[in-house]
This record gives sequence, C-alpha cells and structure tokens, in this order.
Amino acid sequence: MQPTSPNFKANAKAALADRPLQAALGKLAQGFPMRRAEAAARLPEFERLRDQARDIKDHVLENLDRYLELYEAKVVEQGGQVHWCETAADARAAILRICRKAGAISVTKSKSMIGEEIAINDFLEQNGIEPVETDLGEYIIQLRREPPSHIIAPAIHLSLDQVADTFLEKHTDLDPNRAIREPRALLEEARTRLRGKFLGADVGLTGANMLIAETGSNVLVTNEGNADLTYGLPKVHIVIASLEKIVPTLEDATTILRVLARSATGQDMSVYTTFCTGPKRPQDLDGPEEYHVVLLDNGRTKMIGSEFHEMLRCIRCGACLNHCPIYKSVGGHAYGWVYSGPMGAVLIPNLIGMETAGHLPNASTLCGKCESVCPMRIPLPRMLRRWRQRQFAAGRGGFVAKTALGLWAGLVTRPKLYRFLMGLGVAALGQLGSKGKFKWLPLAGGWTQVRDLAAPAGDTFVAQYHKGPRGDQSGDLIRKGWRP
Amino acid sequence: MNDPTQPNVGLFATCLVDLMRPQVGFAAVKLLEAAGCRVSVPEAQTCCGQPAYNSGDEPDSIAIAKQVIETFSEFDYIVVPSGSCGGMIKRHYPEMFEHDSGWLAKATALAAKTHELLSFLTDVRNYSPTGVSYAGRATYHDSCSSLREMQVKAQPRKLLGAVAGLTIAEGNEAETCCGFGGLFCVKYPDISESMVDAKIDDIVKTGADTLLAGDMGCLMNISGRLQRRGIAVRARHAAEVLAGMGDLPAIGEPAKGRD
Ligand code: SF4
Repeated sequence: MQPTSPNFKANAKAALADRPLQAALGKLAQGFPMRRAEAAARLPEFERLRDQARDIKDHVLENLDRYLELYEAKVVEQGGQVHWCETAADARAAILRICRKAGAISVTKSKSMIGEEIAINDFLEQNGIEPVETDLGEYIIQLRREPPSHIIAPAIHLSLDQVADTFLEKHTDLDPNRAIREPRALLEEARTRLRGKFLGADVGLTGANMLIAETGSNVLVTNEGNADLTYGLPKVHIVIASLEKIVPTLEDATTILRVLARSATGQDMSVYTTFCTGPKRPQDLDGPEEYHVVLLDNGRTKMIGSEFHEMLRCIRCGACLNHCPIYKSVGGHAYGWVYSGPMGAVLIPNLIGMETAGHLPNASTLCGKCESVCPMRIPLPRMLRRWRQRQFAAGRGGFVAKTALGLWAGLVTRPKLYRFLMGLGVAALGQLGSKGKFKWLPLAGGWTQVRDLAAPAGDTFVAQYHKGPRGDQSGDLIRKGWRP
Repeated sequence: MNDPTQPNVGLFATCLVDLMRPQVGFAAVKLLEAAGCRVSVPEAQTCCGQPAYNSGDEPDSIAIAKQVIETFSEFDYIVVPSGSCGGMIKRHYPEMFEHDSGWLAKATALAAKTHELLSFLTDVRNYSPTGVSYAGRATYHDSCSSLREMQVKAQPRKLLGAVAGLTIAEGNEAETCCGFGGLFCVKYPDISESMVDAKIDDIVKTGADTLLAGDMGCLMNISGRLQRRGIAVRARHAAEVLAGMGDLPAIGEPAKGRD
C-alpha cells in the first residue's frame, strides 16, 4: 500500500474529528487494558514468563542462522518446502508461482500482517486470482478496501452501523431490506458467505504466530477458527512469515503463548491454537497436499545488531497499541501504513524508510506505558528516541529547530550567561504576564493554541535563593517563616 | 551548623521551577531541611538537558549531562522536585555514556544518589509533615516519569495523607499521560490537546478543587488547559502544599497584590 505516513499530522487531525472513530477508540481504551491487567493478575508467574519470553527471543536472534537452517531441514523432512525471500516482491512472486502451479483462481486467507506488509491481496487480484479474507475483521476491511487499523483487531475503527452499511452496499445479491443491525446477524451473513469460499478455495494462505525449529511447525492463533478452515480444506497451504518468527522448541512456543493472548486481549488462551506441520501424511484423513513456507526478510536482517535489534522480539500482540495514549487518540490509520502504535512507530521507519515515516517516532510523549506492558519487554521509548537521534544526526530536525536547540544548549552549558539572561527574561515576562498567565506569546504558538501559559514570578528561584530578599541566604529566612 | 549526621543535599531545582515557579524550590528547601538535610542550591545549575535528549540531539545532551555531573558530584544526594528531570539523571545519563567508560562511571555514581523529592522524603528520610493543613479536595496526577522511571506512586499519597483538611480523590486515569511530552505538545498540538482534555475530564469527574502533581511540566500543561477551558481547579506542586505554602497563588493565578 502507498504509505500516507508523511501526512501524519493531517491524518491525526482528521482522526480526532472523526466521531465514530473516536467512539470506537474510547471502547478499545476501556476494554483491552482492563482485561489484560486482570489476566496478568490471575497468573502469579506472569512477570517471570515475560522475562522468559524475552530471553527465548534474544537467544533466537543471537543464533538466527542456525535456527533457520534447523527449521528448514525439519520442514523439508516433513515434506514441505521453504521459499527464502529477501524482499516483498520476491515473496509476492513466490506466492504467485505456487498459486499458478496449483492452477488457483481462489485463495482463502487468514489474518497475516506479513500479507499486509507485502500487499498480497492487490497483487493476487492484479494476476486474476481472488483473495478472500476469512477473519471477520479482515473480511470487513477487505470489502471496504481499507488497511487494518490494529494488528489484532483490524476493523476496530468501525462501528456496528458502519459494518452493516458496508454489507448492505457490497452484498448486493441479498435482500436490501434485511435486518442486519445486530452483531449476530452480521456474523451469520459473513459466515454464510465465507462458507462457500472456504470450500471452493484452491490455496489457503495463512500467517504464522511462530515457527518452531524443533518440529518445523507453524503456530496459528485465532478466536474464530477461520485459520483452520483456511489451511485444512484447500489442496495447498502457504504459510507466509517473517524470519524472526522462529522459536527453538515446542516448549518455548508454549511459554510465548502464555503471554501472547493475555497481553493481547486478556484471554488466558486464544480460542483456537493450531500447530501445522507439513502436508497431509498417508495416514491423515485430511489436510493440504502441499505445504509451503514463504520466509520473508524485508529488512529484518538489517535490524539485527542495530539499535532496533530488540524490536525483532515483537510477537504482534497489540498490547502497546491498546495502552498507547497517542494510538487511542488517533487510531491506526493515522500512522499511514500497515502497522501502528508504538511498535509501528519503531518498525515502520525500518521497513519503508525514515524519509517517509519520519513523523512517527516523534509523535510520542515517551510516556513509557507501552514498555511497561510489552510482554517481550521491548524498550520502545528508547528506540523511538534512537530514531530521533538518527534524524537529528542526518539534519532532519529542520534548520530552525536545530538552530534553536543549539543556541539553547549553548546557553545551558554556560551557567553564568544563562543566569544573567534568564533573570532578564523572567523579569520581562513577569511584567508582561501580570494576570498570572498568557493567552498568547510570540514563538509559543503550539503551546498557546491549546492552553494558557503561566507567567513567571519575577526572578528565578536560584537568584532569589542566593540573593534573598534582604541579601542573605533564603534557607535561613524560610526557617524563620519568610515566604517568596 | 555543620552537623555531620546531616546529609549534604544538592537541590537540582529544574529549569521549569527555576524560571516559572520559584516557590516550589523554596518549598523543597524547606521540606528537605525539615527532614534533617543540609541543602545547597548550586548556582551553576541550569537544565538537565531533556529537551535536547528527547529531540535526538546527542552531542548537546552529553555536554549538558557532563556539566550537571560535575556540578552535583560532591553531594551525598541530589534531590529533584520532578520525576522527569530526576529520571533524566538517574536513567538516561548512564545510557548516554554507554560507550565512554570514564563518564559512565561518573554518571552511574551520580544516578545512584539521585532522587525525586517526594520519594526521597519518605523512602530515604522517613519524613512526614506535621502541623500542615490544606482545606480542599485534591486529585493527584502521576507523571509518567515519576511513575515509570522513578517508581513514585505511594510516596506522595503517604505524605499528603498527613496534611490536615486535605482529601485525595483518585482519578481513574491518574496514571495516564497528560499529553505534555516536552516539545511534543508544541509539535503535535492537536493530539496533545485531545490527551490533556481526556486528563481534565478525568480530573473533573473526581470532583476535586485542586490538582496536585510532582512535575511542573505536567502541571503547566494541565493547568494551562484548565484555565483555557475555564475550569476552576487549581494546580499546585505537591511540595508546596506539604511545605505549608498551599495558600500562595496557584499556577497561572495572578500574584497577590497585583490586579
Ligand atoms: S512491541 Fe511488544 S506490546 Fe507491542 S505488539 Fe510487539 S510484543 Fe506486543
């Protein structure tokens, strides 16, 4: 998809004025964080599991080449095939090749952020193959031709009415006067439509929450069971995953599963957790005849060893979005690409470039809430600051901002000059702001657009302290009851 | 005068207190002395460098950090009436010198003795105010850095619990960012506005007449917006109330004797 990240400010402004979006974000803000807190509280070892999960991924990243080789060997041993793809274009081409070979005209898909990252749907359509999203949220946004606004709840930005309107508009073969304003009715309608698609699909395309080196399996986690119908019914199963999804053992996978759903939705476990291993064996009753893994790099190996290395621990749980006050203000689409929230603000510049996504690491108060809930203990604020450092070093802070900062820093590191000038400035401002506050001040537009500015109180604290009203130490005076 | 049992405390007032709200500095001095400390206010102090650091300006933040380290190394403790500037010294200075072992040692030593004011009073000095009163219903805003970088949560509530006449009404969103974020609030004013408005709605829900916090940045942001919206909640630094200075004009109110 064409990123709109350069328009972040305009996107954000529009999002703030979008009533249904704000209502949806309000609901999200109440629901997920509360459920996560409850789930964490129910599990005494939750914090310890977070440490373990972090350590597992750190170990994998240290030994990624070895685990990838082990994993491939296992996949092949089970009769599957791994397609190594460096770029999004390579991955699209690999998928198309497999589809062509299978003579596919219809591909069912379960939710995959990598699928979004490589924009596989548009590509398949351009090549005459129909992609069908089977996750309800993804199905809705596919009908609306929108990108997901949340990594685990792609249609979270929509109200029930908006979904109903979409169904009425797109499902034109059905009675336009049917009653579908209830969640149940919407669900039934989507289910009925999808049922036929499941049965008719030639290829099933799924993502992977993890890839297990020990067994060559991929793990699929859903609440709808759609992934199971996606991989189990068609003749060909394609798994699309980025290479940092690997974990060493089944045991490690279960450790991460224990923090994944709790962090994401506050469930102890997602409703469906599936381990898929290779194609159907002779004794199996069903399953795909072919099993392919399209393993995507798309910039990940460049992150290894960089200041963004730890971002590769991410398991895409969405907790950092759910708890982010910026995300909760503007929603996912404002970020302008397939990821969003704190993880998006770190990841997107890595994947599509700082030039395009430069706003994202800056649009944060670095409040630290995301890091405090991230199951993988990823230091997201630190990495946002790292992007700012790169931008500053590359001279992207903007000339005015950079010059102003430089002048200010020059002053701050010269205490005598600082004291002198601040004393003058504070006195002058104190005179001007005799009502105690300013409604407007030159150069303070960003501040006074929204709020009043308290006026300073006459002289600086340090000067008052050292001079004291009668020239002696204010420490003594305060003890004697003097008030500023 | 020079009681050897009294720790030598260097007060880092922070640039916002220094320039915008001197009475917080005086309140801090008073509280620290009441808690049995010898207090110094080095004249060479300016700013902790956070605006530069959070703007990605590493060279300038390093220069500023070195100056703060040199100014304050001589003290037993460095006390800061702000979790944000305290967190800068305690958490971020060592981070900055990751690759400079000489300065890393100095930064780590300084970090180890740096404390946020309110938590220093309770955790290190076991101090509790006596004979202080404040008639009002206050809600306490946990600044992000106080809460998450300096682990300040119970300490201010414990101190304020000893103030006669003061009730604390907790907001559901006490721990949510107010949208200040240093330069964030001027770079992204629309988002900042929506965040500070959410904060204010939560404050109003508590029915409080006073907003207390331990960070001037948040206080100026929230009080500025309260005044712009015409909401009569007064904002003060918690240290002012604890030091018995809760009757002085609140943030953004005209000084007495002026019109
Ligand atoms: S960064 Fe952490 S919290 Fe955010 S999606 Fe990734 S694992 Fe989850």
